[in-house]
Amino acid sequence: MSENSKAKKNSSMSWKYSNALESIEHISISPVYKLFIGGKFVNPISKKYFHSSNPANEKKLAKIALAGKSDVNKAVLAAKSAYDNIWEKIDPKERGKYLFRIARLIQEKSRELAIIESLDGGKPIRESRDIDIPLAAAHFFYYAGWADKLDYAFPGRKASSIGVAGQIIPWNFPLLMAAWKIAPALASGNTVVLKPAESTPLTALKLAEIIQEADLPAGVVNIITGDGTTGELLVNNPNVDKIAFTGSTKVGKMIINSLAATKKKYSLELGGKAANIICEDAAIDQAVEGIINSIFFNQGHVCCAGSRLYVQESISNQIISKLHSRMDHLILGDPLDKNTDIGAINSKAQLKRIKMYLDIGKKDGGEIYQSKHSIPKKGYWCAPTLFTDISQSHRIVQEEIFGPVLAIQSFRTIDEVIAKANNSPYGLSGGVWTDKGSKIFQVSKKIRAGVIWANTFNKFDPTSPFGGYKESGIGREGGLEGLSPYVNIVNRN
Amino acid sequence: MNTSLDIKKTYKLYIDGKFSRTESGRYIQWVDSKNNQTINFCHASRKDFRNAVQASRNAFNNWNNFSGYNRGQILYRIAEMLDSRKEQFISELILQGKSKKKSIQEVKQSIDRLVYYAGWSDKFQQIFSRVNPVSTPYYNFSSPEPTGVVSVIAPKNSYLLGFISVIVPAVVGGNTVVVLASEDNPLCAISFSEVLHSSDVPNGVINILSGYCNELAGHFSSHMDVNAVINCSSDLKDSELIRKNSSLNVKRVFDYESIDWTHVDSQDPYLIMDCQEVKTTWHPIGY
Amino acid sequence: MINPIMVYNNRIDQVGCSERVNRIFSRSIKTESKIWALYKILSMIDLTTLEGSDSPGKVKQLCYKASHLHDQYPKLPQVAAICVYPSMVSIAHKSLKSTNIKTASVATGFPSGMTNCKAKLDEVRYVIDEGAEEVDMVISRGHFLSGELNYVSDEIAQVKTACGKVKLKVILETGELNTLDNVRMASDLAMESGADFIKTSTGKISESATPTVVLTMLEAIRDYYNKTGKKIGMKPAGGISKSKLAIQYLVMVKETLGNDWLTPNLFRFGASSLANDVLMQIIKQNKGNYQSSNYFSLD
Repeated sequence: MSENSKAKKNSSMSWKYSNALESIEHISISPVYKLFIGGKFVNPISKKYFHSSNPANEKKLAKIALAGKSDVNKAVLAAKSAYDNIWEKIDPKERGKYLFRIARLIQEKSRELAIIESLDGGKPIRESRDIDIPLAAAHFFYYAGWADKLDYAFPGRKASSIGVAGQIIPWNFPLLMAAWKIAPALASGNTVVLKPAESTPLTALKLAEIIQEADLPAGVVNIITGDGTTGELLVNNPNVDKIAFTGSTKVGKMIINSLAATKKKYSLELGGKAANIICEDAAIDQAVEGIINSIFFNQGHVCCAGSRLYVQESISNQIISKLHSRMDHLILGDPLDKNTDIGAINSKAQLKRIKMYLDIGKKDGGEIYQSKHSIPKKGYWCAPTLFTDISQSHRIVQEEIFGPVLAIQSFRTIDEVIAKANNSPYGLSGGVWTDKGSKIFQVSKKIRAGVIWANTFNKFDPTSPFGGYKESGIGREGGLEGLSPYVNIVNRN
Repeated sequence: MNTSLDIKKTYKLYIDGKFSRTESGRYIQWVDSKNNQTINFCHASRKDFRNAVQASRNAFNNWNNFSGYNRGQILYRIAEMLDSRKEQFISELILQGKSKKKSIQEVKQSIDRLVYYAGWSDKFQQIFSRVNPVSTPYYNFSSPEPTGVVSVIAPKNSYLLGFISVIVPAVVGGNTVVVLASEDNPLCAISFSEVLHSSDVPNGVINILSGYCNELAGHFSSHMDVNAVINCSSDLKDSELIRKNSSLNVKRVFDYESIDWTHVDSQDPYLIMDCQEVKTTWHPIGY
Repeated sequence: MINPIMVYNNRIDQVGCSERVNRIFSRSIKTESKIWALYKILSMIDLTTLEGSDSPGKVKQLCYKASHLHDQYPKLPQVAAICVYPSMVSIAHKSLKSTNIKTASVATGFPSGMTNCKAKLDEVRYVIDEGAEEVDMVISRGHFLSGELNYVSDEIAQVKTACGKVKLKVILETGELNTLDNVRMASDLAMESGADFIKTSTGKISESATPTVVLTMLEAIRDYYNKTGKKIGMKPAGGISKSKLAIQYLVMVKETLGNDWLTPNLFRFGASSLANDVLMQIIKQNKGNYQSSNYFSLD
């Protein structure tokens, strides 16, 4: 070790990457954003506003309208009228063409959208540029094609649209989640009132501009910004026929509760605490990279993050030491730097929550490892973190942290690790790493979760259904299955 | 003259493949209005339900791992057994107030329905599975898997056909069920447990209770180890309670109250899919 | 003798490996860090000529170029070595006498290695006698692919013995090994058998250094270092003619092995036309305008 450090001193100098900031000259963010209702940006009847700010430097980005009861009602009525008068009746192939248009416009504006996504949400530009925005466009492309082919999706039965879909999306993938919600809803003939997350409304509002530019009939998509109360008003609005929600399991349960006395349909994409299982016969370096992607992608603000790592005993030390050295090469900092791997935590509140779990983990006796980064003075940051010396009963193993915090345990037998993996109220996703084909099928079959990544992690595609078992949600998004939450199967009787 | 006394049968619950009395010691007296004949049923309690859920949970892993072919064989076996006892069920339906013609028709349809779903056992997965053409070098496929333990409140007014129609789609898909028989006329459902018992259905896969909906609906929907509820109660209070309670562990809730089970369109694989979860698996393509 | 368990125990998933490469290659290297890299790359080049038509005159020219990369820019580093065929070693050695540039020779029946072990060892001794300071050997791919790992290992070990203190670079010819699993296995085997450097390719077949192969070899070097504390060098060769790609490889080295490996002692580029592209980039960085190859000598 001492020789090693000497060698480091002797080497002429260590190579550090210079800043590689994405230029923000050509993007436009208005100082004020109104509500997008009936095809127009309108002042909120509530007369209330809030601010959206950049979590990397705490600077305010724009003033955003806060939709109150009358605003929500107005948006829902606009959607209802568009449904009754236009969208339900329109030739399905025309519906598809509107979606294709939106997809193209997202592609054309991809750079601007990526930058705004990173400014508003703190995620590294590499991710918003290479993942969020291209996937959002791809999602519209995929569902565009379904619009006039629904008869093939539901063999033997007819699927009909539901009506007005109230959609509430989270702050971790703002534009992508908007695409996941809007595209299948429109393709299957519903109209939409979408409420983006309070801390990340900007790209959804940019999408509203795109929708305007695409000449989508007024009222087919309405985008109303606000906080939790706005969402609640949307859920409880009597003219909404269906609720689609992505967010915490806690809020998901509240939604189920408040819909109990109604006949509204709902689909929910909720929390997770995915087990990522590394067997001793895995391709080790790819597994290490997979672990990094599973938990540090988007600062760990990912419902399907592989936040519980299970490593087979014989390779446990090796994996952990490789994780340490891989983590030391992660670059934390300005989300707009093209070399940034770890951006800012999305909000002050979320950082507080993550820190609470770090304290709990330490207090409960967990051994903590954090990669060393110089943390910027302004903004909200959390260094990538590992916990070892923990067990199933630790809170950091059981509860969703939604941050870059990985809980590592070792295991000896496959049966043992499957039991541990399923020992959770969640069931959104899971990972298994082994070079042995038959083991992959066995483990992936036995994990009770909606998405299994075998020898990979955190991969997404519009054709691939995504959604959870158990308390991780109801229904699927993406793929053919993603149409089901937006249709009624008719001619049953 | 040869006289022999009628044997008064006691109708028990069917839990974990055993005919058991309710732990509560309570009973329900059912009176046939025409003949003034009385029958006693167990009045199941929440603890009976709890035991049934436990049996269902234990049976689930096993049943879920049965091949579709095997599950189909067993369902077809149930149809055979029902067919061989059809006279009994016809007379039970008549006893419960149906015309002879309608009773014969209902038993026939019930057998057909079992055969219909037996045939789906190794096919619905093919209809609802797919290989998803993702744009990265991955092999990606989705296929249905059973949701888990399903609690069922059977239709009040379709004692045999409706009862079979609501449990079989869940069971053929690999779920295990706890079902509350029609509270007004539980006879056929309870007799059906004898059919099940002679049909190689593993213990705990189908558990049948007789009792009162308003007493049990809350437990059917609040038990944290139940994954889905199929509700055929027409009582709005029951429905609301079930939906409310389902939030506790995000149960899937299906309302089949309005379905006319005598209609041939009331059977379809989408009912099987209600109690299925779609699992998507990714794997790289390379060497 | 190598331990077969060690050798077989490292699997590589091709898709995962290429995703890691893509992530490494998406690093954006700008301004000072780019200039630093360009200078570093020059110092890591093994300027190579391996043609049947090589003449003493051509080798002399190359040696001159090696120490006078672009005389308008006096502070440029020299390349690391000149790499030639055995019959050209003495010429190169003499031409480089007044420099720090090393003379490297290919040997062991380069490029195919299709000769017997004795002939290979004789050739190694010959090039060292002629003045070679570094030897680039090829492994017997036929034996490797037929599973005779001990044969391959013994051969490397014997060549290393023949080399003594002379630096031994072992060419795996990864384009003939077909899979990354084999690349990894051959890397482990070469290091265990005494290689000072492992090198991707001869440049004589169509597939030369690919990014996934280089990453796999760097990871093998890292694991070997963690296990033994020995630092083995790496030399990708063939197909690296643009400075952008060379910079991406430096990123790969840095993020796999750390800054310690960013030295000609542990990392080389086997290349013939890379130097000029790097020079053009350096001058572009300094002057601000794009350059033309017409202004850079062609040796």
